[in-house]
Amino acid sequence: MIRVVIAELRKLRRPTLLLGTIATVGGLSALFTSIIFLMIDSEDGNSRRGESIGPEELSQAMGLVYGFRLVGAFLGIVALCIFASQTAQEYSLGTLRNLLVRQPSRMKILAGKFISMKIFALVMVLFAGALSILISFALAERAGVNTSAWTTSAAIELLFRSTLNIFIATLCFGTFGMILGLLLRSPISAIAVGVLWILILENILGALIKSTGKWLPGFNFSNLGEGGIPSLSYRHSIAVSLAYLVIGGAIAAVFFKRRDVAN
Amino acid sequence: MEKTAISTSDLTKIYGERAALSHGNFVVPNGSICGFVGPNGSGKTTTIRMLLGLIAPTSGTATVLGESISHPEKYLPHVGAMIEGPAFYPALSGRENLKVLAELGGFPLSRVDQLLEKVDLADRGGSKFKTYSLGMKQRLGIAAALLPNPKLLILDEPTNGLDPSGIQEVRGIIKDLADSGTTVFVSSHILSELEMICEYLIMLREGRVIFSGRTQELLSGQKPIIVAKPEYDVDLTNLAKKLTDSGFKISIVDGSLHIEAAQEASATINRMAFEAGITLASISVVLPTLEETFFEMTGDSK
Repeated sequence: MIRVVIAELRKLRRPTLLLGTIATVGGLSALFTSIIFLMIDSEDGNSRRGESIGPEELSQAMGLVYGFRLVGAFLGIVALCIFASQTAQEYSLGTLRNLLVRQPSRMKILAGKFISMKIFALVMVLFAGALSILISFALAERAGVNTSAWTTSAAIELLFRSTLNIFIATLCFGTFGMILGLLLRSPISAIAVGVLWILILENILGALIKSTGKWLPGFNFSNLGEGGIPSLSYRHSIAVSLAYLVIGGAIAAVFFKRRDVAN
Repeated sequence: MEKTAISTSDLTKIYGERAALSHGNFVVPNGSICGFVGPNGSGKTTTIRMLLGLIAPTSGTATVLGESISHPEKYLPHVGAMIEGPAFYPALSGRENLKVLAELGGFPLSRVDQLLEKVDLADRGGSKFKTYSLGMKQRLGIAAALLPNPKLLILDEPTNGLDPSGIQEVRGIIKDLADSGTTVFVSSHILSELEMICEYLIMLREGRVIFSGRTQELLSGQKPIIVAKPEYDVDLTNLAKKLTDSGFKISIVDGSLHIEAAQEASATINRMAFEAGITLASISVVLPTLEETFFEMTGDSK
């Protein structure tokens, strides 16, 4: 399987994909982190949904990862698109037949693809995190934020925990995209369905029927990135996310293993 | 060593109510070049996909290099294949595309440049696949098929999009491989090409195998045609009438008479022309080409 991982990484590190992703992730990270510090006095708010977060709160250990956690949800959407397109394109380009002739074990192909995309997602999360923290330090003084609490062991622990949570959430979104890619076999369809579901349909459903929110995949994946919120526990989100991904993954894997490769 | 590279027994694939291949029985001898011909939709690609483990047969069995097609992992490391045209990642270069497959199959990366050289793509190996012409894409597909240094090479329409010199190069590659003991199973629409290189042929029509055996056996089983050309065109209809009256089945093609008869009838035809005062500029016996035989056997129109 290591051969599959190496081959897949060669595809993932092609300049258009790698640099495009780095630029997107870097842009998002820089944008969200900068807004927090540059609009700290704005009446329109400087955080999600028009909320305001002031210098006092940002001066605490949490301030170090605030920007990173804001961008975390968007990293999930980027991962969903990449995982979905990298999986579905094997069907649309007809390259799956080449892969299967060289590695007939379909489960090894699938596992190798998943591991390589995990590595790609990890690089993406680490890059976004590093950039966000650099920008936070660079803009803190100008925003009147005291950074002395950012270098304490509590802040470092928070950074590790946030990174892990964002990575887990990113993987959940990515796996969701991979499942859609395997089932729909078209990059455009898989990305469209995934993004529409996560960004639009779940929000509509959640607004119409409040109780559905805690059972929807996107809400729970995002909650994992947040590390849990008072109204939705981390443990609940882990269970719901795992249920979705294990069942969806099993169905997609059975289809991938048994379906004829006829294109 | 196995005597057959490929052997099928009642191999069948049914989609809905349509049989893409019905009870296919054929054998490809080891070390041979075997042509695989049939009109579009006759089941060639479906058969090739079953042999490569890409689709599961509805019923029947087959072996490739002595192993059952239900365990493709046992024989695919020794099989090279290009199916239904080359499919690669457009944003990767030709070289990177080959490296992906080499890494996947566990072949040395040094082989990639050797193969790019072999298919005359060494100078364009670094260009993105999407910038390649159809002929270059085809050559890259052949290079990918050669990666494992295969015991069996399966090529589906390898000369599609190639210019005459490209076709000649592919023919040379196939012959070289066969000389070194590789079995080549090749489907092509250019029947004259297959006739030149294939010792064995498998012919399909509407999902059924209508011939499987030596090419020579197929062609020699066909009725020869005697082509007679009078010295003067005005004598053509006279001679045609005389031969028809004597019971010969004839047709006029490009100023010549095509007479369906055994080789021995040449003397009789020559004599009849002489007795009618007609001088023949030429008379020859021609065996039908593979293309003519194909059209006759498959009922396909030219």
